[in-house]
Amino acid sequence: MKLSKKFLNDYLDVNDIDIHTLALDMTSVGNEFASCEKLINVTNLVIGKVLECSLHPDSDHLHVCKVDVKEEILDIVCGAPNVRSGIKVIVAKNGAHLPGGEIKKSVIRGVESNGMLCSIAELGLDHKFLKEEDINGICELGDDAIVGEDPIKYLNLDDEVIDFELTSNRGDLLSIIGMAYEIGAIYNRKITLPERKYPTVKENIPFNLKIETKKCNLFLARHALNVKIMESPDFMKKRLMASGIRPINNVVDISNYVMLETGQPLHFYDSDNLGDTLIVRDAKKDEKLVTLDNIERELNPDDIVIADRKNAVGLAGVMGGLSTEVEDSTKNILIEAAIFDSVSVRLTSKKILRSEASNRFEKGLDPKRTYLAMEYASYLLNKYADATIVDNINIFDQSDKADKVIKITIEDINSLLGLDISKKEIIDIYERLGFTVKEQKNELIVTVPTRRLDISIKEDLIEEVARIYGIDKIEGRLPILPIKKGSYNKVKRMLRDKISSLGFNETLSYTLIPNDLSHQYTNDEFTEINLLDPMSDDHATLRYSLLPSMMLTYDYNVKRNNKNLCLFEIGKSFGKINGEYLEKEKIAFLMSGAYTEGLNKEKITFYHLKGIMEEVLDSLGFSNRYSLKVLDIPKEFHPGSSANIILNGKNIGIIGKVHPNVTKDDVYLMEMDLEYLEELKVSKISYQEISKYPSISKDVAFIVDNSITNEEVMLEIKKSAGKLLSNIELFDVYKLDDKKSLAYNLTFTDKDNTLKIEDIMPIFEKIMQDVKDKFKCEVRDK
Amino acid sequence: MEKEQEKRNIEIEKELINDLKEVKKPNDLVQVKAKYLGKEGIISLLTKNMRDLKPEERASYGKLVTEIRNKALELLDDKEKKLKEELLNKKLKEETIDITLPSKKIRHGSIHPFNMIVEEIEDLFVSMGYDIIDGPELETDEYCFQRLNIPYGHPVRDTQDSFYVDKDYLLRTQTSSVQAHTMEQNIDKGPIRMICPGKTYRRDDDATHSHQFGQFEGLVIDKGITLADLKGTLLVMARKLLGEKTNVRFRPSFFPFTEPSVEVDVTCFKCNGKGCSLCKNTGWIELLGAGMVHPNVLRDNGYDPNKYTGFAFGTGIDRLAMMKYSIPDIRLMYTNDYRFLNEFMRKDVK
Repeated sequence: MKLSKKFLNDYLDVNDIDIHTLALDMTSVGNEFASCEKLINVTNLVIGKVLECSLHPDSDHLHVCKVDVKEEILDIVCGAPNVRSGIKVIVAKNGAHLPGGEIKKSVIRGVESNGMLCSIAELGLDHKFLKEEDINGICELGDDAIVGEDPIKYLNLDDEVIDFELTSNRGDLLSIIGMAYEIGAIYNRKITLPERKYPTVKENIPFNLKIETKKCNLFLARHALNVKIMESPDFMKKRLMASGIRPINNVVDISNYVMLETGQPLHFYDSDNLGDTLIVRDAKKDEKLVTLDNIERELNPDDIVIADRKNAVGLAGVMGGLSTEVEDSTKNILIEAAIFDSVSVRLTSKKILRSEASNRFEKGLDPKRTYLAMEYASYLLNKYADATIVDNINIFDQSDKADKVIKITIEDINSLLGLDISKKEIIDIYERLGFTVKEQKNELIVTVPTRRLDISIKEDLIEEVARIYGIDKIEGRLPILPIKKGSYNKVKRMLRDKISSLGFNETLSYTLIPNDLSHQYTNDEFTEINLLDPMSDDHATLRYSLLPSMMLTYDYNVKRNNKNLCLFEIGKSFGKINGEYLEKEKIAFLMSGAYTEGLNKEKITFYHLKGIMEEVLDSLGFSNRYSLKVLDIPKEFHPGSSANIILNGKNIGIIGKVHPNVTKDDVYLMEMDLEYLEELKVSKISYQEISKYPSISKDVAFIVDNSITNEEVMLEIKKSAGKLLSNIELFDVYKLDDKKSLAYNLTFTDKDNTLKIEDIMPIFEKIMQDVKDKFKCEVRDK
Repeated sequence: MEKEQEKRNIEIEKELINDLKEVKKPNDLVQVKAKYLGKEGIISLLTKNMRDLKPEERASYGKLVTEIRNKALELLDDKEKKLKEELLNKKLKEETIDITLPSKKIRHGSIHPFNMIVEEIEDLFVSMGYDIIDGPELETDEYCFQRLNIPYGHPVRDTQDSFYVDKDYLLRTQTSSVQAHTMEQNIDKGPIRMICPGKTYRRDDDATHSHQFGQFEGLVIDKGITLADLKGTLLVMARKLLGEKTNVRFRPSFFPFTEPSVEVDVTCFKCNGKGCSLCKNTGWIELLGAGMVHPNVLRDNGYDPNKYTGFAFGTGIDRLAMMKYSIPDIRLMYTNDYRFLNEFMRKDVK
């Protein structure tokens, strides 16, 4: 909302208040601004008179002028086609700063020039406000312009404008009157509404007003006859421009001017084209309407239309129809001032066009203001368009015009704000805001005028006190609350620290991924969740696995030559399973390139990532409760270098190498169900006694078929050895054609005795025999 | 005889010193030692000669032999020490390395700046007894809007243009949805103190907006909570995050779920409030939105607004991270360039 200081001044005397002070004071009561500046921000301008004007000796379009600016006569070279001697003009003297740059003494094709004669456009007014002659030629001032004086003031452009960014609850501030009330409350000044009396005639015009929708609770319609379409008065044009609206003709300008004053949008119909009936109804399915901008719109029953007997002639609150548009030839008009359902207007305008009018309907309107707007429009049409105003107003009114009455105590106010404001101060604040206050025992009965649509409950009234009193005057303190330990997700925190210390960079990627990636890196059965209306194909589907995102991150980095990547991410994953939305936190890892830095870098293998998995699971206390099994490997993984992660008998994730069909690089991925890791219980840390007796250690190696796994052999050794075997470690593996040698170091410990080699040998022999029998393999000689 | 032996001692000592000069390795010392002190060694033979002496000569002769024996032992010992030291020095010299060669270590890792901020906020509020609550990102319209005093058709829904997956479910546009869940789960369990950081989603994409971004929200509900309590709490938070000298300023504002509502500014951390380009010469930076929980929100989620009051506050996590670490473009937060991530390898402990 652009607020013109001159416009405001018609209702509230703010002449003595600096515009920047005003803007900051408004901010402190909750009304922020985007900009605050003069309408024309140019210095060193003066009214001049062209005394002589001759053709430039070296040009066919330039003129050399002698211009009287009172203090001196300036030689100025001018290129405008309309320059001639005798006219009064706007002179930018040397040193003037125009939007196009600074004016300096210069020599133009050999002739010295000391200034510039300006067009209106060169002063910085938006071209949309201007006529062609304002842009192409210099501005010719009237005979009453006084040489040597300020042309901006002469042109009535000496205005200042604050562009406010208002909160959505303050629809009342989308009007000069509303602004005047608000600013009046800040400075404790009374506003004055102008007296606007105008003559009316009694004329019996047949007219039917029918309201056939629930989405309109107030509709006023009045005929104005024999209007003369012409240019608006100067003050009106300048105020519209300062408010950011383009002047068009007196009739259109009056509807905008009244909207700016009162906040009530109006619409004028050519009543000869409209006919004798006006119906407000919901649009029919597939109904069509050509709007003012000459575009055919397809409507649906959510839209409200204004219609004649047969067809829609306007989209209520959004845009008029072409068929009843006020044109230069229009003689008789119908003034509409109405209130339409704000939600409906918002939805329709979102589809079609957001305008000054729709914005005001969306925020809600004060029915009393609707009547006022009708009065103002009638007065202005009579005065500036010679209209004959018909006495009768057609009225449909089901609006609530009762002021709101709210009871509140001083204690209510101070206890919510944490302040100690006196009753006197509080009553004073309400009265400044234009509310009336009655005291009843310890209660205040506050009557709030209908213009303040945002106030309906006690808390709203408390906010009003805080705003005007100065909400920043509140001194901060900490709330007194029961002593309690705060809780947080320790697992996630520990993992983030641990994994990053193991050399991994944490990533943060988008939840929304392309639909075609949604089933990659998983064989789980689920339906992917798609957005109804995605912004782009890249962000269309909620990811079920973090791994497609991990690979996107990988590709992004490889393209930028970032190698040796170890990445991890914790994030939610989504899918629809058995008709239910499932949301689950997962943790994903990616490794590629070298794991170590320095010379002889260690290239990442499956076993590095397996080590990370063990670190993660062991640190959570899951040692000995997990294993890797090849159960169900998604096609994006290498079938011979991947496995499912089994924890506590449950398949909780996948680890493996990316399939060579996907990438030729060696990339390893892992993903686990983090929620299960968080839920699965472990026993408390509890000291286990360390044996006081020495242990004995012995090595053994088996030559087994390649198909036999280390895990199988170890399990057999453990089974065979019994309780005395305290540790087993594979220390060497090498390939022998289709066989391999597995060498183990076995440690035996007895908690209660010192073991002797004779105690161990029978067990050791048994182990060798059992493994030989089980796997049909040989024991390697030392 | 005595004189002769004294002369002999001097000769033996000279010979030994000469012999030792030739010795380069500890092993060669064994031969020299044998030559003088071995069974048939020069000095051992002197001892044997004692038997042939007259008893009165033996004492003085014996003393001389002992002298030369001790002298020989001393020389041999010194030589051995010297040789060992030379050997050790040689070994140490050989073992000298180029300490400027690169180190051997695992590559470095980092926590994402988004989560660095989240953890910092969590730590502060946990220490004040707040619970950190996680809520669903795929949320219902009811919890995301309706229970927060944002009915269908409310204009705020426009500024929070959302991603729906069906007519009821959407990706949450604000972490405020967790407020509704928390209140509902705590009815009749007394006061609430919670912080809920997390991901949020809106239809927006440019240098300062991402369709995915982070928010965190704080909520305190109890009997007698005031706006002054909110200001004090935010002051603690601002000072923790942005430095001891930070101040906060309240400006009235509007949010559907709070009444009164405030916009909260903090002292510009770049110019310390003097005015600069970052704060547009105001000395203040808008940090978050806050207010007293709207009575409709309390009522709709099971708290009697006549008994309880509360405050809520919330802001963008990305924005905080971008402010704190001078990150110019929000998209850097989500593209995960390895070079970007590595900039956060350092722990922010100083």
